[in-house]
Amino acid sequence: MTETVTETGVPGWRRRLAGVGRGLQDYYAGPYRSTFARARRDEEDLFMMMVFSDALGVPNPASYYTVELLPVVYERFHEWHRRMGMERSPLDSLSCC
Amino acid sequence: MNSLVLAVVGVAMILLGYFLYSKYLSKKVYRLDPEYTTPAHRFEDGVDYVPTNKFVLWGHHFTSVAGAAPIVGPAVAVIWGWAPAFLWVTLGTVFFAGMHDLGAMWASNRNKARSVGTLSGRYIGRHGRNLFLIVIFLLLLMVNAAFAVVISNLLVSTPTSVIPTWGAIVVALLIGQAIYRLKWNLPIVSIVGVIALYGLMILGDMFPIVLPETILGLSANAFWIVVLFLYAGVASLLPVWMLLQPRDYINGLQLFIGLGILYLAIAISSPTVVAPAVNQNVPEGTPGIFPLLFVTIACGAISGFHGIVASGTSAKQLDKETDARFVGYFGAVGEGLLALGTIIATTAGFQTVAQWEEVYAAFNDGGVEAFVNAGGGILNAGLGIPTSLSATILATMAVLFAATTMDTGVRLQRFVVTEIGEIMGVKLNIWVSTLVVLAVTMGLSFGAGADGSGGMVIWPLFGTTNQLLAALTLAIIAVMLIQLRRPVWPVLIPLVFVAIVSVYALIIQLGTFFSTQNWLLLVLDVIILICALWVIVEAVAAMNRARREPPVEFAEAEDDELDPSSSEL
Repeated sequence: MTETVTETGVPGWRRRLAGVGRGLQDYYAGPYRSTFARARRDEEDLFMMMVFSDALGVPNPASYYTVELLPVVYERFHEWHRRMGMERSPLDSLSCC
Repeated sequence: MNSLVLAVVGVAMILLGYFLYSKYLSKKVYRLDPEYTTPAHRFEDGVDYVPTNKFVLWGHHFTSVAGAAPIVGPAVAVIWGWAPAFLWVTLGTVFFAGMHDLGAMWASNRNKARSVGTLSGRYIGRHGRNLFLIVIFLLLLMVNAAFAVVISNLLVSTPTSVIPTWGAIVVALLIGQAIYRLKWNLPIVSIVGVIALYGLMILGDMFPIVLPETILGLSANAFWIVVLFLYAGVASLLPVWMLLQPRDYINGLQLFIGLGILYLAIAISSPTVVAPAVNQNVPEGTPGIFPLLFVTIACGAISGFHGIVASGTSAKQLDKETDARFVGYFGAVGEGLLALGTIIATTAGFQTVAQWEEVYAAFNDGGVEAFVNAGGGILNAGLGIPTSLSATILATMAVLFAATTMDTGVRLQRFVVTEIGEIMGVKLNIWVSTLVVLAVTMGLSFGAGADGSGGMVIWPLFGTTNQLLAALTLAIIAVMLIQLRRPVWPVLIPLVFVAIVSVYALIIQLGTFFSTQNWLLLVLDVIILICALWVIVEAVAAMNRARREPPVEFAEAEDDELDPSSSEL
């Protein structure tokens, strides 16, 4: 029996099998992609609130560490406060818009 | 008559519909354009908007739209004889369901993949969105109540299905763990999952679990209903990867296997159809065939629920616009085949016509139980599986379909409750809204019948609401087609038909509920009737507006801004 072999040296039937596997994977993940994205975003929102808690007036015992993260999350700050329902930046020290 | 003839003719009709009619629709009516940049490409974000292989997308679409409804409806409706149900399912799939699903997908695809809810606001008018929310709330309310009753009846009538029903939840939980924690490879997990599921069916067949007559002061049926709602409430609150995702997946696989087994058994055993073509002496109390047949079989002939799946989710993943023909229309074909298989099982799975008449002794007497027992006989004759195990397989299949729909239904209804709350200015958290959902659905299950038997009474009402939603979607499609000055008759005729049967059925049922003094359902019926008239008035007005206004051309990219859509639906 002759097998069709592609340039990569992988027989055709194995490629097709891998294709079926990928299809199954898509079939499994597809309907729930947005649910997971939303869950990730919720987690991110909570994390942002922790980082900015001291600046917002909520004492945070870990602020010694979170302050180091400020420059890292700075770029995402604007999106975050918009998502939290605040049109303008709530912090005087941070004026992104 | 040999049932194989029925199967071959039915499948041929439906397939001809796909090859000829859907081609006409996509060429002349919807004019699907392979060059059109679909929203999946325009707004690709790796989350909602993902261009997807059309076979995978069809798999999603089909398994989300097909549930227990195409089994329950036809299994009840064959009481009028096999011919009316057969014709309505085949012609309905070709000219109604396929056209509707494909149309909803097209309409959404041309509108940034927005949902039917948003589109009804845009094309029907200011009230369109609120109207849609009310209809969808009622629909989910009835589907959850009806399916809880369907499942509890099956668990009582087929006690062998108790272990696989609840065991399937454990299997789903384990699959979730295997994939996310142990990182097993999916094809292996799938095979193991399916084997485990069928293993449970064999186990359940050996150890049937029969509840005592009364348990905790409730009848066995009522007890199962309470347990089911508690489960559905918990399931809708768990993280989806734990239970709902693997459960949906394994049920999807099971749907293909079950459908395959059923048709294979029919093909091999080719039993004789014993039921009459048209039942001349229907049992007393059976409502008239017109219009009740057309609302008893909703899913399988036309179903508004499909429009929600087609517009909200599937349209966001279309790789090419022409794929809509396969995904949308062929999705309806899949469901039509399930309904057709049910008709054959419930009319050919008996030895004699007397036996059939005994089972169908009263309206709503047949139903899923008849499908399970008769289908069990066919599976036994065709594939040699023992009758009791065959019945267990079919009962579990029906229960799992109904249960996944319930899981998702309770979840979706929670979102609707939250949204209605927002419109009324109340913020409801997920616990409160879940409790609201559970309270109203359980209220309906028990309120319509003291021991929770109300579910089957509301079945035609569920069908009516489903048709109403379909009418709303068809009205949107018709308005768009009128604006574009394209042939609108393929949509308009079904729209008028569906609207007439819905309103007529509602009026007939109004009389039934009045004479049985079922005030809860009477009120519900009146609310749906008002919604139906409202849909008709708004739709006629919108179509008239569209007719008078100058024709509209589709702009390729009118505004590329994707406004954040507020709603889940």
